[in-house]
Amino acid sequence: MSDEIILLDFWSSPFAMRVRIALAEKGIEYEAREEDLSNKSSLLLKMNPVHKQIPVLIHKGRPVCESLIIVQYIDEVWSHKSPLLPSHPYHRANARFWADFVDKKIYPTGKLVWGATGEVQEAAKKELIESMKVLEGELGDKPYFGGESFGFTDVALIPFYTWFYSLETCGDFSIIANCPNLVAWAKRCMQRESVSKSLPDQYKVYCFLMELKKKFEAK
Amino acid sequence: MSKAKLVILDCWVSPFCMRVKIALNEKGLEYEAQAEDLFGGKSELLLSSNPIYKKVPVFLHDGKPLCESIIIVNYIDETWSSPPLLPPCSYGRAQARFWADFIDKKVFDACGNIWRSKGEVPVEAKKEFIEILKQLEEALGDKDYFIGTTFGFVDIILIPLTSWFFAVEKIGGFTVEAECPKFSNWMKRCLQRESVAKVVPPPEKVYESVLMFRKMQGID
Repeated sequence: MSDEIILLDFWSSPFAMRVRIALAEKGIEYEAREEDLSNKSSLLLKMNPVHKQIPVLIHKGRPVCESLIIVQYIDEVWSHKSPLLPSHPYHRANARFWADFVDKKIYPTGKLVWGATGEVQEAAKKELIESMKVLEGELGDKPYFGGESFGFTDVALIPFYTWFYSLETCGDFSIIANCPNLVAWAKRCMQRESVSKSLPDQYKVYCFLMELKKKFEAK
Repeated sequence: MSKAKLVILDCWVSPFCMRVKIALNEKGLEYEAQAEDLFGGKSELLLSSNPIYKKVPVFLHDGKPLCESIIIVNYIDETWSSPPLLPPCSYGRAQARFWADFIDKKVFDACGNIWRSKGEVPVEAKKEFIEILKQLEEALGDKDYFIGTTFGFVDIILIPLTSWFFAVEKIGGFTVEAECPKFSNWMKRCLQRESVAKVVPPPEKVYESVLMFRKMQGID
């Protein structure tokens, strides 16, 4: 069985970006296969029959699904380089808690800020700013969420930096005005090659999300 | 030397709290379960230990709080390694985490779509619930437990939710045993374990609570 690593990918997915960052942090070579989400490949449907979603990491022919689970898998298999989760169980639990917070609070409300209108959008905007402030509070004076080193929570959150332009434009608010430390953290992360090479341009993402929004509104 | 103090901020009917208690029982650990009154007034300790979600379970290890049941079960497994709840190999662990995540995303909400129905339960809701159990049945296959021959992580995450199934069956007008016999056998197998039986309440008691929740939410 080949050692080959394949990532079933999509350029603008924040979840796929998490995996790309983790693989880059570990210096792992892999083949990225861009999926057409309107016409999913038979490989994707076979490797993720339950959710039929990207990202999927295929390692030695076996699939691993769900971005945070994939990142943990990568961290465990390639444990000798750039550890992403801390070693102490309490700090690991903390890192997982905040990564889960990103999934529960940033992703769904962010979607409504760029994707919805009217009252729904307004309510989502308030909640999103609140959640970002909570994250800022958790970050505190630390350079990264895990402390001195870039880690699991940073990997979980930084892809959503690609949404900042879309959130500010659609929501008509300034993220830096509300959460300056969070923006400083994002820029710090972007200085890492693993991050800057894995994240697409914010304006390109904005154009894509607006196309998506038009499609949903048309339905 | 003082023993490490283990406390769970608890609610007897919460499947999420049950997960933590089963994990602690599996590890042979003694703990104190502090019952929270979720409707009358949450304790100061709960609100200060879980300021983000203000929910149970909260696990306190020497006073340090941990929140979110799956994260707590992972922590318990990593802190007290014997017997292991997760498989030893990375791929097996990824599989276990995948199914735990699937269970969290799907099962409780599917239950809710049935027990929260006003009047006739929508056919779609029943169909979706059974479909989810069938997917889990497929993952279980011919194995005794989800990840193999030993009771572990996925079983711990799922078995507490089944304590709500009797209520769902009564309100939905179907039985899990008839629709998913393999799943039903797995349930019975898990409920025979002492660590589980000590924690999971009788289904009739949960049903009574569900009827009370329906009244509170203005459904009945």
